[in-house]
Amino acid sequence: MSEQHLDTTERGTAVPLATLRPPRLPRWAPGALLVGSVAFAVVVGVVGRLHSHLQWGLIAAVVFVAATFGLAWRVEGRRHAVDRLASLLVWACFLVALLPLASLLYETVRRGVPHVDWYFLTHSMNGVLSWQAGGGIYHALLGTVEQVAIASVIAIPIGLLTAVYLVEYGRGRLAKAITFFVDVMTGIPSIVAGLFILSLWIMMLDFGYSGFAGAMALSILMMPIVVRSTEEMLKLVPAELREASLALGVPKWRTILRVVLPTAIGGIATGVMLALARIAGETAPIILLVFGTNMINGNVFEGAQSSLPLYVYEQWSFGTEAAYDRAWAAALVLIAFVMILNLAARAVARWKAPKASR
Amino acid sequence: MTRTAERAAERTAERPGDRIFSALSRGSGIALLVIMAAIAVFLAIRAAIAISRDEGNFLTTFEWDANADPPVFGIAVLLFGTVVSSVIAMAIAVPVATGIALFISHYAPRRVAATFSYLVDLLAAVPSIIYGLWGALYLVPRMGGLYDWLDQFFGWTGIFAYDGTPARSLMTVGILLAIMILPIITSVTREVFRQTPKSNQEAALALGATRWEVIRMTVLPFSRSGIISASMLGLGRALGETMAVATVLSPSFLINASLLESGGATFAQNIASQFKEAGSMGRDALIASGLVLFLLTLLVNGAARLIIARRKEYSGTAA
Repeated sequence: MSEQHLDTTERGTAVPLATLRPPRLPRWAPGALLVGSVAFAVVVGVVGRLHSHLQWGLIAAVVFVAATFGLAWRVEGRRHAVDRLASLLVWACFLVALLPLASLLYETVRRGVPHVDWYFLTHSMNGVLSWQAGGGIYHALLGTVEQVAIASVIAIPIGLLTAVYLVEYGRGRLAKAITFFVDVMTGIPSIVAGLFILSLWIMMLDFGYSGFAGAMALSILMMPIVVRSTEEMLKLVPAELREASLALGVPKWRTILRVVLPTAIGGIATGVMLALARIAGETAPIILLVFGTNMINGNVFEGAQSSLPLYVYEQWSFGTEAAYDRAWAAALVLIAFVMILNLAARAVARWKAPKASR
Repeated sequence: MTRTAERAAERTAERPGDRIFSALSRGSGIALLVIMAAIAVFLAIRAAIAISRDEGNFLTTFEWDANADPPVFGIAVLLFGTVVSSVIAMAIAVPVATGIALFISHYAPRRVAATFSYLVDLLAAVPSIIYGLWGALYLVPRMGGLYDWLDQFFGWTGIFAYDGTPARSLMTVGILLAIMILPIITSVTREVFRQTPKSNQEAALALGATRWEVIRMTVLPFSRSGIISASMLGLGRALGETMAVATVLSPSFLINASLLESGGATFAQNIASQFKEAGSMGRDALIASGLVLFLLTLLVNGAARLIIARRKEYSGTAA
């Protein structure tokens, strides 16, 4: 009697335990929906004679999203349906972004690899006409290395010292102004830096085109990156280290040189290498200031040089198959150069990181 | 502790080594400011020379004959092309980058997220000329199908009219720029998302919010200014991008109503393409257009940095 009574009240007023948990789609539902929508897209594609597989994929994606959203709304309610929709859109963003980037890398490797060999790396373009096969990038490689080296000789000391000023000495309005303008300087288009050196060095002081002029423009682009990364690293150095050194009577400048900088050296090296990678790929200022040549010119201070990114641009603009092949091959070498710098930078960061935090 | 250290440092600042070192470091800081000022001054001097000889109107002339006698040139087309391609890039890149950043910070399994954010940073380092090469030789031939489709359904608007010529247009440039600025917007936005207070998110979860509701109610409001400033950093990149535009766009000094057909020009692209043929007057004219670009990016980047700085102060006091 009493048992039956309890049962009816449960069914009537209290909610049974099973319904406390809102209804959810079974775990296999998304998989099944995915298979279903792909099958649907294939059928539509075959029946409708859609040639592009991109269209098949788009149809499958739209059907999948719509079906998931509709089903979830019916079974789980509006809030969970919106949640599922948002998840799908976020995943879609991820996939959409991955496609062109993967394609870029794949295309460069696929079209570049067959033409990169020892000959390509050790010969210049001297005497090679644009439609002829052969020729190489030695002159461009040489130019890039020299220009980047000179740019870093200018930019690294100024960048390091500025960062030291901002962290160790800088107070008040000057430091604030420098911080703000360093940030703004990171956003200067590379072509504007090129135009500046053009108007100052070539048009006003009347020097000719040279690798050095290009290196100056590159150093303007490099400085703010070095300042920012070094500043971040110096801020991480514990104040106790400085205080201990100062308390032992060590002058402040020696404290900075012997204690602060060595502690942060790993991070600083990482930042410098990332900056190098960034400027090694700059083309615009090189077009304006270094001008480009087909011959090997080892003298940075005199006469036109070439550089890898400029070489890619020149070969592209010739518009012949042989030149396209060279452009892709040089692009591959350039990507490899930049990626090696990047990976080395991260390796240095990882290698030095535990030491700095200890 | 730090105050005593500082006082001790002040006392030791008498030493010559200290004086030299602090002067050196202050000097390099000032050198940076001087360089910034010099950029503005030198560009302005050459630009003033160019504009004073310009027979057209510098702002409204649809022409670039700076080498002719008398020189006639104006930045109207350049401004239009630069702004339109950057706006297209922003319209595509900001939502997608926000999605990717959310994916990395809130959706992906931890290991996938770490690898992918590492990958995004690597991609930010790919030189722009390589994007340009890929855009010109791979992307352009593949855009025709999409543009035909757009023309079929939206051609009546005029903006999406397409005549089947190679797709070396402002739209393709915008799409390529979007791909190029994705990594920078993503990496800044991701950092902002990560800083959302854990307690807010957990409170929302405890109230029974779904994952999307947690994001909509805690993460997005907290990061709004961060997303805005990240987008403006991306915009600054897109405005000044040279090589990717120079390789993809087939330029002309006309404003074409259709975004899908070739034509138009941007500041940076125009400088790079016209430079080799420019005489001394032509160079001054190009520098004048470069000055406008410089001011434009200065404005955008400065605004972005101010937003970031204000946010930092705000979250600093809140913490």
